[in-house]
Amino acid sequence: MQFEYKIQGGDFANAGTASSNVKKVLKQINVDAKIIKRIVVALYEAEINVCAHAFLGKVMVNITPEKIEIDVIDKGPGIQNIDLAMEEGFSTASPAVREMGFGAGMGLPNIKRNTDEMQIESEVNKGTSLRFVNYLISSI
Amino acid sequence: MKVQEIVNTLGLTIAAGKSGLNREITGGYVSDLLSDVMGRASEGEVWITLQTHKNVMAIASLKELAAIIIVQGLKPDADLLKQAEGEEIPVLITDKSTFEITGLLFNLLK
Repeated sequence: MQFEYKIQGGDFANAGTASSNVKKVLKQINVDAKIIKRIVVALYEAEINVCAHAFLGKVMVNITPEKIEIDVIDKGPGIQNIDLAMEEGFSTASPAVREMGFGAGMGLPNIKRNTDEMQIESEVNKGTSLRFVNYLISSI
Repeated sequence: MKVQEIVNTLGLTIAAGKSGLNREITGGYVSDLLSDVMGRASEGEVWITLQTHKNVMAIASLKELAAIIIVQGLKPDADLLKQAEGEEIPVLITDKSTFEITGLLFNLLK
């Protein structure tokens, strides 16, 4: 199964659409609730990152019986220093975004913690590509 | 304990999501940082916050929280309330501060 969602930078009102839909699909195919929770946290954070930082983005979801692969690709300012961005508490979010309760520097660490594999590539002034994978077979 | 019981005991105003008042409460979570709630809150918890925008409900729904309590009499945004009806997650309002309402809820649930 494959799904694609578009994200507009700054459009916080629609953030969470992809995560909400993916959650419904995974429930329908009886994926373990604990695994669904992890995927939803990671995808929501990724959606918020595009909203908060980029101009335009898309989410591509590929679900197989074994795993779910999610690519979040955006056009935007990119990330200057990925190692720093991965640190809990580091953020470049604007004051307006922080006022909403985002931009606490927890997004990427939350994604890493809730996925089985995660890769991030970024080019300054072009955009960022995030890819993460969760295996759907429940562990123990 | 059901959401309805904390509404009655703590004198909370129901702003939306009445159909979720029979949700079972497993605990509480207090934070105004949305990523913190996303990362750390658990299913069935009551979330106490001063945030009033629509993303609060997106998180409550994704995390399957029991209810949201908005503090200091703040008014939730209309699109948050609209979504609450669809998600059947009660949005409750109190005039009390975060500190006060958290203490009261903690004592009820402990």
